[in-house]
Amino acid sequence: MKIGYFPGCSLHATAREFDESLRAIAPTLDLDLTEIEDWACCGATSAHATNHLLSIALPARTLALAEAQQHQQVLAPCAACYNRLATAHHQVAKDAALAQKVNKVLERPFNNTVAVRSIAQILHELIPTIKSKVKTPLKDLKVACYYGCLLVRPPHLDNSDDAEQPHSLEEIVTATGATSVNWHKRLDCCGGGFSISRTDSVIRLSRAIIDDAAAAGADAIVVGCPMCQSNLDLRQRAMKRADSPIPILYITQLVGLALALSPKNLGLNRHFINTKAVSDRKFSNDTDVAKSAAGGQS
Amino acid sequence: MTADTSTSSETSKQQARAHASIKAQLKSATGINPAQCYQCGKCTAGCLMAAEMPLKIHQILRAIQLDQIDKLLTDESIWLCLGCETCSTRCPNEVEPARIIDALREIAAQENPKELPRYINAFHQAFLKQIMRHGRIFEFGLIAAYKLKTGRLFDDVSQVPAMLTRGKLALSPRSIDGIKDIRRIFKACEDASVASDNKSDKGSGAP
Ligand code: SF4
Ligand code: SF4
Repeated sequence: MKIGYFPGCSLHATAREFDESLRAIAPTLDLDLTEIEDWACCGATSAHATNHLLSIALPARTLALAEAQQHQQVLAPCAACYNRLATAHHQVAKDAALAQKVNKVLERPFNNTVAVRSIAQILHELIPTIKSKVKTPLKDLKVACYYGCLLVRPPHLDNSDDAEQPHSLEEIVTATGATSVNWHKRLDCCGGGFSISRTDSVIRLSRAIIDDAAAAGADAIVVGCPMCQSNLDLRQRAMKRADSPIPILYITQLVGLALALSPKNLGLNRHFINTKAVSDRKFSNDTDVAKSAAGGQS
Repeated sequence: MTADTSTSSETSKQQARAHASIKAQLKSATGINPAQCYQCGKCTAGCLMAAEMPLKIHQILRAIQLDQIDKLLTDESIWLCLGCETCSTRCPNEVEPARIIDALREIAAQENPKELPRYINAFHQAFLKQIMRHGRIFEFGLIAAYKLKTGRLFDDVSQVPAMLTRGKLALSPRSIDGIKDIRRIFKACEDASVASDNKSDKGSGAP
């Protein structure tokens, strides 16, 4: 699958391991990523909290570049970037007056032809390939799938999954051989962009999420958003959870472990909460298990 | 728009602005009709920040219906919304409260910049300045600028060395090639937003 890649600012910095693990699993999954040249920040929360047109124009410029660079679809692994790019695509498509304004501001051709895809959508589509390439089924690993607020929302941007009862991450996890646990706070917000401006709120919200995953017996939480990852990972000490920490993995890292890629190539050494409890685990490697995971274990 | 308000005095401009219907302004900015909200409270029930908001999201919608502009623009509540879209996902009437809040913030920032909570505004300003300078977020610079603006120098610094050893913070920024493009887009959006303010608000106080 050929796809334009929009890493967004975080995947070049605080979420480097999301980028590393995605690039590491891509060749095995026949995912052909080409980074969009000269992309700019999507504006994230700050643009849409202050200037609506700017919040559409910034991602629209990137979509216009992708179009000029002959891409039909763009992958934005960060859930927040995905939300901004998909919102721009959606609003320009349905609002002709806005489309005109945006075209005027951009001063470059823009026909809004590029589809915006999230990491959950792409990996979900690749489940058959993942199943056929699994080398180390992550048997015995219990995972809490955390969507956070924006991965499958709002529903008008993405109807490939259910906005209230999503299942795409769980199905990807199942394809790796791991088990997903039932828990309540899959979609609750972690505090998002308030990480440095209102830390107390973030700690309150993130703590509730981690406690719930722990109560459900999860060995790890998987995420698809750098903000979720850093709020849940970095703040566990402040949550006074240091004695029973839970590793927070990107979904791409979990897939990478099942593909038997090295923890270092997947950037697992970059987390604050040590991930060895997951990566050093001896998953039973007997052929029955490998076969059943490869053959479409339910 | 034919109205020419350049003759009205400063005071009457301000009065007119205070009396401009917030309901109408929001309707024209978002295409959403706030009157459709029937106060079921489903949005507030799922809102994780409701506990910290003096005005809950359904109360904000009610205040809009009643055109209580001062109540809306002087309160901290609209700045506490995380934009998580849970309310918009669940509202049975497609009112999209999260989108309404964004539009309210835009109006509040224009009408009443002094009332913005300093810590949140400082973050947004520092964030946007990063994009204007480099086209991308240079996180180290963002944190530093934010800390200097708010004087909250120490609450988070203990994390910085840990970030550096993990290779998570770049120490110097690099701008994108199209940075001129970005600066022009910022300027054009700012101008457009002032222009639309002039249009929708009959007594605009734009200088
Ligand atoms: S959920 Fe919708 S209709 Fe119900 S109170 Fe909230 S905005 Fe109004
Ligand atoms: S978008 Fe804002 S108002 Fe709506 S549920 Fe989330 S935090 Fe609450």
